[in-house]
Amino acid sequence: MKLVPIAALLAVALASPAAFAQKKYDPGANDKEIRIGNTNPYSGPASAYGTIGKAIGAYFKMVNEQGGINGRQVVWMSYDDGYSPPKTVEMARKLVEQDQVLMLFQTLGTPSNTAIHKYMNMKKVPQSFVATGATKWNDPRNFPWTIGWQPNYQTEGRIYAQHILQNNPKAKIGILYQNDDYGKDYLKGMKDGLGDKAGMIVKEVSYEVSDPTVDSQIVQLQASGADTFFNITTPKFAAQAIRKAYDIGWKPTHYVNNVSASIGSVLKPAGLEKSVGLISTQYLKDPLDEQWKDDPSVKAWRDFMGKYYPDGNLADASNMYGYTVAQTLHQVLKQAGNNLTRDNVMKQAAALKGYRAETMLPGIRINTDTGDYAPIESVQLIRFDGQQWKRFGQILGK
Amino acid sequence: MTRRQLIPIAALLLAACALPLVVSDYRVFQFNLVLVYAIALLGLNLLTGYNGQISLGHGAFYAIGAYCAAILMDKYGVPYWATLPVAGAVCLLAGFLFGLPALRLEGLYLALATFALGVSLPALLKYHHLERWTGGVQGIVIAKPDPPFGLPINADQWLYYFTLAVAIVMFLLAWNLLRGRVGRALVAIRDNHIATEAMGVNIAIYKSLAFGVSAMYTGVAGALGAIAIQYVAPDSFNIFLSLVFLIGIVIGGLASISGAIYGALFIQFVPNVADEISKAAPWAIFGIFLIGFVYLMPMGIAGAVRMAVAWLQRKAQNSRRPT
Repeated sequence: MKLVPIAALLAVALASPAAFAQKKYDPGANDKEIRIGNTNPYSGPASAYGTIGKAIGAYFKMVNEQGGINGRQVVWMSYDDGYSPPKTVEMARKLVEQDQVLMLFQTLGTPSNTAIHKYMNMKKVPQSFVATGATKWNDPRNFPWTIGWQPNYQTEGRIYAQHILQNNPKAKIGILYQNDDYGKDYLKGMKDGLGDKAGMIVKEVSYEVSDPTVDSQIVQLQASGADTFFNITTPKFAAQAIRKAYDIGWKPTHYVNNVSASIGSVLKPAGLEKSVGLISTQYLKDPLDEQWKDDPSVKAWRDFMGKYYPDGNLADASNMYGYTVAQTLHQVLKQAGNNLTRDNVMKQAAALKGYRAETMLPGIRINTDTGDYAPIESVQLIRFDGQQWKRFGQILGK
Repeated sequence: MTRRQLIPIAALLLAACALPLVVSDYRVFQFNLVLVYAIALLGLNLLTGYNGQISLGHGAFYAIGAYCAAILMDKYGVPYWATLPVAGAVCLLAGFLFGLPALRLEGLYLALATFALGVSLPALLKYHHLERWTGGVQGIVIAKPDPPFGLPINADQWLYYFTLAVAIVMFLLAWNLLRGRVGRALVAIRDNHIATEAMGVNIAIYKSLAFGVSAMYTGVAGALGAIAIQYVAPDSFNIFLSLVFLIGIVIGGLASISGAIYGALFIQFVPNVADEISKAAPWAIFGIFLIGFVYLMPMGIAGAVRMAVAWLQRKAQNSRRPT
């Protein structure tokens, strides 16, 4: 008696292999939902970044209200790691082993991601679009389950080098860098970009995060006769460097890395009049920029913020970042269709062809393949006019 | 030890041994961290609970232990188990040396000096002349030890049993130390150091030794923690870690050996509960828990357990009394 329905089911199954073969799931995905895990610093020294996790959560709330992704609801599971690597390990294990998420997405911080790098690749669970600019996330041969997102530091360094070579091939370059992997990544990008012209660098000086100021380094750079200054510093030191260079009358062509391109936390403390002429890069639309006031994508973002994340700060570029990176994952999951295995998610993340979210600057596209795990590789140069950043020139990079 | 004391300890040990066989690997990993914290808290309790010296910088000794293990494993290929005695010895020396000048400081001043230690160590770990060993901000990634002798358990379970064995040895040593002359001297110094000195106890030596032994415990815990996490970085050992240790011993119960275990459970699990309650302000929720515990159990969890047991015994005696 009981055999009849089973036999009937079997018959159906055998009759339509295609219909069944289409849907494939790993833990964390089924007909109804897709579980996505994340760690973010909601507390602790880097808690200013926590807003990214909240913006992403709000984005998926919106997606779910609009019917989800291919009919599946996204379950966003984000835990606080306080920017402490041991906590990241614990939370990543919780997400993978207990909550059974399909993948991790946008785990934040270079040390935190380093702590789980091996684990995620051993478990073969995607560690996707991590929120850090280190170059090591683009290593598909050794770490096929980890992929970055934002332009990495080396890419950006190479782009400044290109610009220098084009505009002032006789430049004498002075470099100030933070003595850690972040600073050295930029330095390597700059040297790679200069290639056999690396001799243009007349002086390299470094500082420690624990140093009180970088004043003496700026004086050394000026004394070296450099006429071009590549400023690889985090916000506090960037502000000091900009101000000191101005105050001692050193007026080089001044490149400051994207890490410290914030008007609010760098240029204002340094003095807006002292920041005129600074060059940096951008890849997302700046919500404060006047020219995007009526841009439909920025308007859509503002509406989204008003409706789904009303506590969020409209002046904080991190909310734009979270919104944009969430759209990238949305695209990957759309592409994955009904084949929601971890393997296929990684495959799709590495098969983005000319994709762009409208909140990225015009002309910037994401291209990835199995040998290229660096999604955004182009940026546009910007120059500060005393009030705001102005974009100029072509989109640079790949 | 009386039989009445032995029975709950035996039951606890049995439960601790059976645990990895019944819960998931992730939970095993969490309980592994509980054991690690318990050793660290026991160390801090020796110093603060028994000897009355407040330390706001024990995270520094934890970090030194962790880096000892990581550097030895990564740079010199030393097996993980052999790093523990080295980490312990290095921290014993570091703690003893720090304890010598700290002799002149008491109460709040000592708290400030140790606070300075806790604040400055992460910056020191990033110092570029030490980078060759410490790996700077990038830290050191180390491999997870596999179970030896082809034991039919996985790496998490093995590490848990290894940590459990170390914890048992460390707890026995502490119990042995505290129940005799040394323990009495430590407590006497805390309660009235002038009277203690008058009785012929060399306060300077005892206080520095308490610092050294305390640091040794925390250092061994740091090494075990590094092996469990498989990664060390300066960001792992910020000043907050030191504060959490202090919270752990106060909540667990000052001057109590079992308090270290309760405190470890608290600092491991309560922040996670707080995070699940509110993403917006996890530490505010944690603060509420903290106030609740301190208010309801002024002697810590160990003190509350002691009182509950005493109350039950009184009740049992009363009911046996003929009416």
